[in-house]
Amino acid sequence: MKKENMTITNHRRIARNIYEMELEGKLVQETAGPGQFLHILPPASDSMLLRRPISICKTDKKTSRLTIIYRAEGKGTNQLAFAPEESRLDVMGPLGNGFPAENVSPGEHVLLTGGGIGVPPLYDTACDLREKGIELTTVLGFSDKETVFYEERFRELGDVYVSTEDGSYGTAGFVTDVIASEKLSFDRIFACGPVPMLKALEDAYPNARGSISLEERMGCGLGVCLACVCRSREDSDGTDYRKICSDGPVFSWGEVLL
Amino acid sequence: MSRMSVSLPGLEMKNPVMPASGCFGFGEEIGTLYDLDELGAIALKATTLEARYGNETPRVAETASGMLNAIGLQNPGLEKVLSDKLPPLASKEVPLLANIAGSTMEDYEAVADALSASGRVGALELNISCPNVKQGGIAFGTDPDLAAELTERVKAVSHVPVYVKLSPNTSDITVIADAVEKAGADGLTLINTLTGMKIDRKTGRPLLANQVGGLSGPAVKPVAIRMIHELRQQTTLPIIGMGGIMEAGDIIEFIMAGADAVAVGTANFTNPFICPELIGELGSMLEHEQVDHLYDLRAEEAGVR
Repeated sequence: MKKENMTITNHRRIARNIYEMELEGKLVQETAGPGQFLHILPPASDSMLLRRPISICKTDKKTSRLTIIYRAEGKGTNQLAFAPEESRLDVMGPLGNGFPAENVSPGEHVLLTGGGIGVPPLYDTACDLREKGIELTTVLGFSDKETVFYEERFRELGDVYVSTEDGSYGTAGFVTDVIASEKLSFDRIFACGPVPMLKALEDAYPNARGSISLEERMGCGLGVCLACVCRSREDSDGTDYRKICSDGPVFSWGEVLL
Repeated sequence: MSRMSVSLPGLEMKNPVMPASGCFGFGEEIGTLYDLDELGAIALKATTLEARYGNETPRVAETASGMLNAIGLQNPGLEKVLSDKLPPLASKEVPLLANIAGSTMEDYEAVADALSASGRVGALELNISCPNVKQGGIAFGTDPDLAAELTERVKAVSHVPVYVKLSPNTSDITVIADAVEKAGADGLTLINTLTGMKIDRKTGRPLLANQVGGLSGPAVKPVAIRMIHELRQQTTLPIIGMGGIMEAGDIIEFIMAGADAVAVGTANFTNPFICPELIGELGSMLEHEQVDHLYDLRAEEAGVR
């Protein structure tokens, strides 16, 4: 983990309220796999004390650059959206444990399932798996047509299905509807998105092999403050927990209580 | 003696800076980032007799120049603190201030007795000011008679000096401070967080699962400074001051107000390297001012000391 002023080398809007940002810095060399996150201090503000956890979407160690995708949603991320290229950002990272792409064996068929702003960490995962020659199918869910992003990027790596809640693009409904209607089969599933989506997936495929990535309001991002805990499924006395920032954000299928 | 070192009951500190309780865990995580012996002391996360999960999430919310938290005293309980959390700190020299909490006076006594007998803890910090638990905590901190009785009982079983952590959520902090001093407290730490709330405009309901949380950060610093200044007029007890310290100048302000040492809380979340950075900056500032000791910065007429 490093704390570094990274340089913004590219920054653009790619869908409604969705921004793609490329950052350059030494900490890129410390990334240990897809699904880790950065903890970013909103720029140009004395009144915001908390960093924003944002997943890494793509890493390139050769150029020491990485890409993040975030949704301008609250005060901090809206401030971030104004950060100009060539300016610097106070970044801590890489943090957390990512998707265990290294455990996937050749010949396995992997289903990637992303919802909204949960899609980005799956892109790095998809690239790693493709490099190993793993066969992929991706199902992406968004609220509506205006918020769809990275469909083409994923299509370069395998089959892609898209759903929107309002039916304005792709299949109307949720990712679970697509998986059922297309009768998609898989040996392993990696998912990231809102908790209701993850819960629906774990309920629909209770015996699947795979991992989910969670998000939560965080404090320190290091496992110190205990702001972002969740309960484990095997909780014998009601006090067992996982820290989303440092034990996660990726957990084994069925490990935590959703 | 260096210009930064301070000597408090149970805590021989080479500089006046410690991370505040609840903002540093038991040092495990941040101990991987720098040598903990750079710190003046460490205030450990609150320990209760039994393990506590704490509150549901969300547990934190940002506010203007501050944050609200409602962790709910999550900790692994006395037994595990003794078996798992203190041993890794055995190889370090940094003094430890162990924060203790409970729902009943008997809980406090049991934890105080065991932690103070561990041999690794220099002093106890009696948490009677946590706003985020339903029983105990702040109930002991807003009633002077209860606060005094608890202090007296903990003092009777403790093997090390006892500091009492005071709540700002009271109409007159001097009454509680006076009560715990008469009951035998060896020092005061203040302030704990101010009770607050944030509404989620999407739902119209409180954002934190616990509804209320404790406000910390620079937003509360003037309240802390005022209360320390106020208490310094009535007591010679050592005071560990805290509330919104972000830079070395803030530390000097706390010392000038009457604090003898300081604790840094929320700033550790913005920057986990903040404590050693502040210690370095404070050293440079004192050198620049050419004072023999940090305390020489205080105005002569400040307080009863």
